[in-house]
Amino acid sequence: MIYRSHVLVCNGTGCVSSKSPDLMAKMEELLVANGIENEVKIIKTGCFGLCEKGPILVIYPEGATYCNVSVDDIEEIVNEHLVKGRIVKRLLLGDKEAEDVSKSRDNVGFFAKQKRIALRNCGVINPENIEEYIAHDGYLALAKAVTEMTPAEVIAEITKSGLRGRGGAGFPVGRKWQFAAQEVSDQKYVCCNADEGDPGAFMDRSILEGDPHSVIEAMAIAGYAIGANQGYIYVRAEYPIAVERLNIAIKQAHEYGLLGKNIFNTDFSFNLELRLGAGAFVCGEETALMTSIEGNRGEPRTRPPFPAVKGLWGKPTLLNNVETYANIPVILLKGADWFSSIGTEKSKGTKVFAIGGKIHNTGLVEIPMGTTLREVVYDIGGGIPNGKKFKAAQTGGPSGGCIPADHLDIPIDYDNLLEIGSMMGSGGMIIMDEDTCMVDIAKFFLEFTVDESCGKCPPCRIGTKRMLEILDRITQGKGEEGDIEKLEALAESINKGALCGLGQTAPNPVLSTLKFFRDEYEAHVKDKKCPAGVCTALLNYVIIADKCKGCSLCARKCPVNAISGEVKKPYVIDQDKCIKCGVCMESCKFAAIEKK
Amino acid sequence: MSEFVTLTIDGKEVKAPKGATVLEAAKSAGIHIPTLCFLKDINEIGACRMCIVDVGARSFQAACAYPVSEGLNVITNSPKIRETRRVTLELILSNHDRECLTCVRSQNCELQKLAKELNVKDIRYEGENQEFPIDDLSPSIVRDPNKCVLCRRCVSVCNEVQSVGAIGVVDRGFNSTVSSPFNFALNDTPCVNCGQCIVVCPVGALYEKSSVEKVWDALANEDLHVVVQTAPAVRAALGEEFGYPIGTRVTGKMVAALKRLGFAKVFDTDTAADLTIMEEGTELVERIKNNGKLPLITSCSPGWIKFCEHNYPDMLDNLSSCKSPQNMFGAVLKSYYAEKMGIDPSKIFVVSVMPCTAKKFEAGRPELASTGYPDVDEVITTRELAQMIKEAGIDFMNLPDEQFDDPMGEATGAGVIFGATGGVMEAALRSVPYLLTGKDDENIDIKVVRGVEDFKEAELEVNGIKIKAAVVHGLGNARKLLDKIRSGEAEYHFIEVMACPGGCVNGGGQPIQPASVRNETDLRTERAKAIYEEDEAMTIRRSHQNPRVLKMYEEYFEKPGSEKSHKLLHTHYVARENYPEN
Amino acid sequence: MKSVEELKAIREKALKEISIRDNENKIRIVVGMATCGIAAGAKSVMNAFAEELAKRNINNATVSMTGCIGICRLEPIAEVIGVDGEKTTYVKLDAEKARRIVAEHIVNQKPVVEYTIGEAEK
Repeated sequence: MIYRSHVLVCNGTGCVSSKSPDLMAKMEELLVANGIENEVKIIKTGCFGLCEKGPILVIYPEGATYCNVSVDDIEEIVNEHLVKGRIVKRLLLGDKEAEDVSKSRDNVGFFAKQKRIALRNCGVINPENIEEYIAHDGYLALAKAVTEMTPAEVIAEITKSGLRGRGGAGFPVGRKWQFAAQEVSDQKYVCCNADEGDPGAFMDRSILEGDPHSVIEAMAIAGYAIGANQGYIYVRAEYPIAVERLNIAIKQAHEYGLLGKNIFNTDFSFNLELRLGAGAFVCGEETALMTSIEGNRGEPRTRPPFPAVKGLWGKPTLLNNVETYANIPVILLKGADWFSSIGTEKSKGTKVFAIGGKIHNTGLVEIPMGTTLREVVYDIGGGIPNGKKFKAAQTGGPSGGCIPADHLDIPIDYDNLLEIGSMMGSGGMIIMDEDTCMVDIAKFFLEFTVDESCGKCPPCRIGTKRMLEILDRITQGKGEEGDIEKLEALAESINKGALCGLGQTAPNPVLSTLKFFRDEYEAHVKDKKCPAGVCTALLNYVIIADKCKGCSLCARKCPVNAISGEVKKPYVIDQDKCIKCGVCMESCKFAAIEKK
Repeated sequence: MSEFVTLTIDGKEVKAPKGATVLEAAKSAGIHIPTLCFLKDINEIGACRMCIVDVGARSFQAACAYPVSEGLNVITNSPKIRETRRVTLELILSNHDRECLTCVRSQNCELQKLAKELNVKDIRYEGENQEFPIDDLSPSIVRDPNKCVLCRRCVSVCNEVQSVGAIGVVDRGFNSTVSSPFNFALNDTPCVNCGQCIVVCPVGALYEKSSVEKVWDALANEDLHVVVQTAPAVRAALGEEFGYPIGTRVTGKMVAALKRLGFAKVFDTDTAADLTIMEEGTELVERIKNNGKLPLITSCSPGWIKFCEHNYPDMLDNLSSCKSPQNMFGAVLKSYYAEKMGIDPSKIFVVSVMPCTAKKFEAGRPELASTGYPDVDEVITTRELAQMIKEAGIDFMNLPDEQFDDPMGEATGAGVIFGATGGVMEAALRSVPYLLTGKDDENIDIKVVRGVEDFKEAELEVNGIKIKAAVVHGLGNARKLLDKIRSGEAEYHFIEVMACPGGCVNGGGQPIQPASVRNETDLRTERAKAIYEEDEAMTIRRSHQNPRVLKMYEEYFEKPGSEKSHKLLHTHYVARENYPEN
Repeated sequence: MKSVEELKAIREKALKEISIRDNENKIRIVVGMATCGIAAGAKSVMNAFAEELAKRNINNATVSMTGCIGICRLEPIAEVIGVDGEKTTYVKLDAEKARRIVAEHIVNQKPVVEYTIGEAEK
């Protein structure tokens, strides 16, 4: 069936939660009412990235991108655009007056500076239709690998591309494949780490939701390269849409003979199964992930032996994460040279970041390695809301660190981030403005680690807890002389002594904030002040007598009757009664109340 | 032979077999690396981070798990390594119940020793110290999570060695604890009370449910005739508690000590072991002759019995209906002995000294009271006996050797070897030919069933009847064998199972040896030596030749398998649910 | 999947179905679909363009709609916009004319002069 128009509706988790399925239902209904249901096709697609502006839908052939669409807008879109061919300009993303509507979003910096390799099909194809993936060169790389290349050639190509693992540490992918390939064993496995756990990171989810076949194809290629005929995707059960799409995709791949026996009539066979994780952060650590797949409590074990030697059920196992795999088919099709022409000397290709926090355009962006943090924050991210100043960016999740404003021009790649005490991690990026307390941020990440520690080794189990207790103390105004030094000493011992990478890097958020914002820690400990005005125990709400008109509004709003005074004379806050809820400050019409 | 690699440890060139760990290589070079969670062959998981060394990696590596490789350069001792170890230990101590003086493991605590070794003078990182309830509902084992250091030796031994799985790590991070599934009391789990968790615990987080006070009370009660029986393995290990080398046989001093503690009579459970052979041997012969249910599986080990009731309820008919020697003896004491001595059985208080914590559970089984009174009133472990001896101020080392009391004190070498894996089988095989034909086989030492191999087999042919026998010890091994029998993959006539690895000599009630000793010495082998030594020293070494046992049949039980013996010396089993239903 | 050829065949077929979403380097046929256009029969013109492109496996042209072009008396109107941006406006179309425009203008790059606005207004 040929349709004159395709409506692509984002069905990523972000847009689904902002009601994109309702939009589709409404549109379906209106298409029928207008008798054009056989002319216009509605297609579910994956994440466009700009979740801030969701739900997003794109109408072809015009290529009009509509954003923040509500159910109430659908009637207008159908009547105007789909029936009469008139663009609904007010809903256009970007330049609403663009001469060519398909270019309207080009002046949105968010899209202009991106280069989509891993996300190439997200928002472009229907992830539940294998043929759309095939139309976009899907499975051609697998075909090329198994029919034209030897396993060694595949590995050589990946090695040459310079691709490094996108899951955290950035280990060269080709070498990892080589290690697994050189092991001699009756059985090997290929695993995909889809246990995305960094707070705020969701690129793996988006790829699985928007382009599941790219991961399946890559895993089959990996199976061919290392000599494995069985793969497992370990995906968290909290990603129900990803799980559903993967299941559909695996089924379709089997139906089309792209998984299963004798793929492309060769000797190569490959099967793939899903394993659902319960969402423990530590299960993103490779040995813990495998332990979990085996059916045991997900805990890391000591390495060596590395998974390439002794992995799942003691057999050589290759483990890469979702984003890493998503790059593989393109590299084989376009060549290692093409891939390695993108990026910096030691970090090739692109990296997907989930940008969140105090920034205009929250969402998912894929940028060439070497893009500066400034470009990400200001050009792509659209800068900091409310005219506030940029204070720091946190990357690498709970294992990473903070990058202060002095380093805004740092080209983002693996080594640069490590050098300044952060790391690439899986690509979470949280932007903080001047109102952010860095001690509080460190505490937030440490709370996460303490919560997610598996408990196997004492440095992580007890050490991070003790660090958190100290931070708690500091933010409560009970910090003592020597606490900062204790934090540093504990951090050092945990870093050196913990069993797994997660434990070893758990102190990083504290170390990096200490490195760049030590004065804030000192202000908390010595002066009992929170310079950013975040730590409630350390701040007082006070009424500035000169500004107070004595209107009594604050006194009436105060939930604990801590404010008293005479009408038309300055009011006073009783600090002993005040619970620091901030209602008075919000309600004051004369900006007479300040946090100090 | 194995290949060797050359590495450097602390500047010293060391040759070590390929596949060895850095810890082993260092040990062979005389370099000591502190350890806590490591227990050879049982727990080699690198969890406690005490044995960290610098191998040039980004962080320190656990020597107990890190393999040697050609050219590896290891540093085991540097200011940073010492500091990191010390911080880790302080962290462990900061969340540990440090009431050391009243701890069951005071002065025999690996954590205490390590704190001294690493020179921990104060704990710099104090913070929340969790409080957990103590689980003392089991008749055998008490768990005190407040003492636990999460080394996981108990978890490994329970899951990997014993395949029981009654405990595991629950919750995570700072809240992780070793616990039973669903936080049930140990009593409400498939725990078999073997106590292997106790003997591997480096601290006081696991210990036996003590009966010491109850025994003291009984001894002080003038209305009671308090008698004691001691299992064969006790004499092979009790000496360790008093400074004797492992494997020293202290039978005579043990008897002397028991007499000084005030027991009216001191008997040898070995006598009942001989009785067991008569009953069980007869049962075997009858099952073979009458096409009865085979294989016949021994029933001496109460840990094994409970394991079977939980895991192989379909095979309960394979178990010998014989009570264990402990309970046979109890029943005999409260029937035959009571009659013979003219003592009201209600006044007889039977204490057994066992190398075993599961015996405490066994003594409490309601069906084991065939005289109308419990066969056994209280069970104390080897450790508890040592405690009583110390408490009574008895100078154990300077005691004279004394003899077990008549009329029940006579035993054979067959009875004594019940204490080691293969012993019941060997004792049985020494008597089966006689029970079948009335004639002895000249072979008395059946060495194929001795030793600590996981699985042993023997074949015996008597008058054209072939008897295929198998011996397993450790419940993980038992599970493997039983699965094979269930599936028909293996066929035997007679199987000996002992719950503990190595048999009773390595029971859960035996003296606790720290990892530093266990990593170097095979307790199972050393203690078994004492047992076989006593066997060799015996003049009578076949159960059916025990004059006391023969007299018992003559005067009371008539013959093995008689109605009376069935009433008093045999029992039955129940299929058990793993967890309570609600 | 038994051969690469098989995969490529599926690819070609699928590409046709989604070609509408790709408007890089493509000829665009824009049909006026305001009230005036629809009343004059723009819908059948629109469908005729779409069907003819599909029938001929043409992947380098898309059909889309626009609102009122402003000369309602000449509806149905369609504009063919070449890759270089050159615009040809056809007027007073019907389904038959649309099919001819595809055959001559799109396939053979020869505009059907007689239907163009220039001719109509002469």
